[in-house]
Amino acid sequence: MVALAFDGRHGARTWLALVAAVTLAACSGEPAPRSARAASVPSTAAAPPNSDAGRATIPAAARGADDGQWTWAGKDAAGSRYSALNQITTANVANLHLAWSFATGVTRGHEAAPLVVNGRMYLVTPYPNYLYALDLGKPGAPLLWKYDPNTLSASQGVACCDVVNRGASYADGKIFFNTLDDQTVAVDAATGKEVWKVRVGDINQGETITMAPLVVKGKVLVGNSGGEMGVRGWLTALDAGTGRLLWRAYSTGPDSEVKIGPRFKPFYAADRKPNLGVSTWPGTAWQIGGGNVWGWLSYDPELNLVYYGTANPGPWNPDQRPGDNKWTSSIFARDPDTGEAVWAYQMSPHDLHDYDGVNESLLLDLAIGGRRRKVLLHPDRNGYVYVIDRATGEVIYARPFVHVTTSTGVDTRTGRLTMNPDTKPVLGQVVRGACPASPGGKDWQPSAFSPRTGLVYIPANNLCQDVESQTASYISGTPYVGMLVKMYAGPGGNRGEFIAWDPVAGRKVWSIAEKFPAWSGALATGGDVVFYGTMDGWFKALDARSGRLLWQQRLGSGIVGQPIAFRGPDGKEYVSVYAGVGGWSGAIVAGGLDPRDSSAALGFVNAMKDLPGVTRKGGTLYTFALP
Amino acid sequence: MTAARARAVVAIGLGALAAATGCEREARPFRSTALTASAPGEVTVSVLQPGPRAPRPEMAEGPYDENAYAIADGKRLFDAYNCSGCHSQGGGGMGPPLMDSTWIYGSAPENIYATIMEGRPNGMPAWQGKIPSDQVWRLVSYVRSLAGLTRKDVRPGRNDDMQVKPAESSMPRQRAIPSTKP
Repeated sequence: MVALAFDGRHGARTWLALVAAVTLAACSGEPAPRSARAASVPSTAAAPPNSDAGRATIPAAARGADDGQWTWAGKDAAGSRYSALNQITTANVANLHLAWSFATGVTRGHEAAPLVVNGRMYLVTPYPNYLYALDLGKPGAPLLWKYDPNTLSASQGVACCDVVNRGASYADGKIFFNTLDDQTVAVDAATGKEVWKVRVGDINQGETITMAPLVVKGKVLVGNSGGEMGVRGWLTALDAGTGRLLWRAYSTGPDSEVKIGPRFKPFYAADRKPNLGVSTWPGTAWQIGGGNVWGWLSYDPELNLVYYGTANPGPWNPDQRPGDNKWTSSIFARDPDTGEAVWAYQMSPHDLHDYDGVNESLLLDLAIGGRRRKVLLHPDRNGYVYVIDRATGEVIYARPFVHVTTSTGVDTRTGRLTMNPDTKPVLGQVVRGACPASPGGKDWQPSAFSPRTGLVYIPANNLCQDVESQTASYISGTPYVGMLVKMYAGPGGNRGEFIAWDPVAGRKVWSIAEKFPAWSGALATGGDVVFYGTMDGWFKALDARSGRLLWQQRLGSGIVGQPIAFRGPDGKEYVSVYAGVGGWSGAIVAGGLDPRDSSAALGFVNAMKDLPGVTRKGGTLYTFALP
Repeated sequence: MTAARARAVVAIGLGALAAATGCEREARPFRSTALTASAPGEVTVSVLQPGPRAPRPEMAEGPYDENAYAIADGKRLFDAYNCSGCHSQGGGGMGPPLMDSTWIYGSAPENIYATIMEGRPNGMPAWQGKIPSDQVWRLVSYVRSLAGLTRKDVRPGRNDDMQVKPAESSMPRQRAIPSTKP
């Protein structure tokens, strides 16, 4: 009954692993997810097939030091979103109850992860981007201070997909975060006083910032949003002490501005020509060509490389930008000290469907094909999970994790995605059945990894769309899209899915069908419990091995935030999550959009017409604990 | 008078009436009029007035509210100036919906004109100096058509692109909507 997929050459280890697997199987003797809201995929059957021999681990150097804290949205430099805390277990999670809650006073999409540092919780809100500090040492976690960065209200008019913020970052006594109007702020974590504040972008060019910065070696790494506004994407390093700009690397344009130099060694031969950021565009279209950096960064201290993805090319209408449109919808590996690119890989050359490449890259060490490799795992908008050698940029595998009609696979010899010509948008024509839809197999909502189960937990979408390509006119500071879109549920009718993915075998182990897109982050814990939230407001705890639903609680609004676990000053384990529906998927509620127009919110409204009937706007941080 | 003759007279009368009312609907304005060349006078966004209530000059209709050609042109401009980038085809997105009955800054023609020209603090850009005022008035009447604030028979009845919403001409007729919830 247990499908074991380990390497037979490790005799003694294999035997141990067998014992472990049998033990696991015995522990998860309860029925697999089969209830109305929990359907498993055919391949579930089994406990995770990983043994210690081949199992993926978080690279030791990228692991966080203290599991009681949560100092960055991604938890550690590997972006694992794994807390080793294990008081809350599969056996007792059913007793979880509300410890306290905190209303932010803001009711747009709450996509951020809270931070917990030195007995305090730090919360950054959607626009107007307040920063709150709560005292975890006192009953009810009272407010210590509030910091207001005075974000320009006009910035709301250039934020493509709700006025969200995805979290802050802590380092060296300071909280760093970005504002919608392109300011990066450093706030004294103890006093709430501003240390520095710099403006790094311009809303009049359509630039906003929604991402959570990552602090590496005294540098705050910040990237811009605006792929729907013809904004040229960049990643910028600021001095953490002063806010001074140290370097800026664009995603498009000449090599000098993309910071491609002698150290740049992409794995695939076609990527080694000079100035591809110019030559793969018509004329000067690269100047308004997108490739924004609004997603997740991760960092490998051993290789001294930061990894991040770049967004879609602009406009969406592909006929206005013939060529591969480098380096949009790509992953960069850069030296954080200088900004130099070391390798790059383009997931979606000449993107046709708004497949941003900004999703998380989880850093893992695992044995694949008989040898131990340092990889990054990246579940992309285009519907494939990529496992890439993070030293070289070689694609080890790219396998679909959702229903895909827009492409037929990735040629691992050339690294190139093979597009399906039948779903290519055509000017003035309606092209139907493009899957995944523009928000991708998954969007920004970050996955989690558990070294105990060896599985990656992926919140996903199951959406397809019909499109009509239209001519986009560029007016700076206004949308630059050129695509009429109408999204709907993919095969099965469920619009979301929560997937457990075996990174070594490259396949789904189990998955839960969700009515709405699974738009929250995932959290994995040492108690073998996995948490995520749904857009209709259920905060759920699953058995990390079987996917069985162990506990759920309905919160005040739909959940699009990132759950975290922390140890309180009282030594107890807590789990926190924002409830406050919004984001691109939740814009119909957060922005009060009219469901009679299927193309509203870039076509997402057509797939979400029933959301206002099941949840309303909100903005509350909920914290749960055992009795 | 025979019945046949009476019917003919009625028919001629109806035809004359139709021709008279159809004039404005069918006219193709190629040049802006004096009114359309300039901004409206006093524009108020609030219905609250301190002190005794004074009559407030209010424009019941935009200069092009009766004109099908200008409204169709407004529909074209609505895409050309990227209005649809934020407001979609009326359902909203980055900007609020325009086809519903919520009008933060008022639904009167002069209010919509002022909103386009001056911008609004929560993200509406100020188009002053970027779009000729005559075209702004065409946009005003198209935006009013999206919400059913104009006569049914002047609103566009077809859409040459993928069907994403009911035609403007099938929206229920609405009367003036004051500023409501933000």
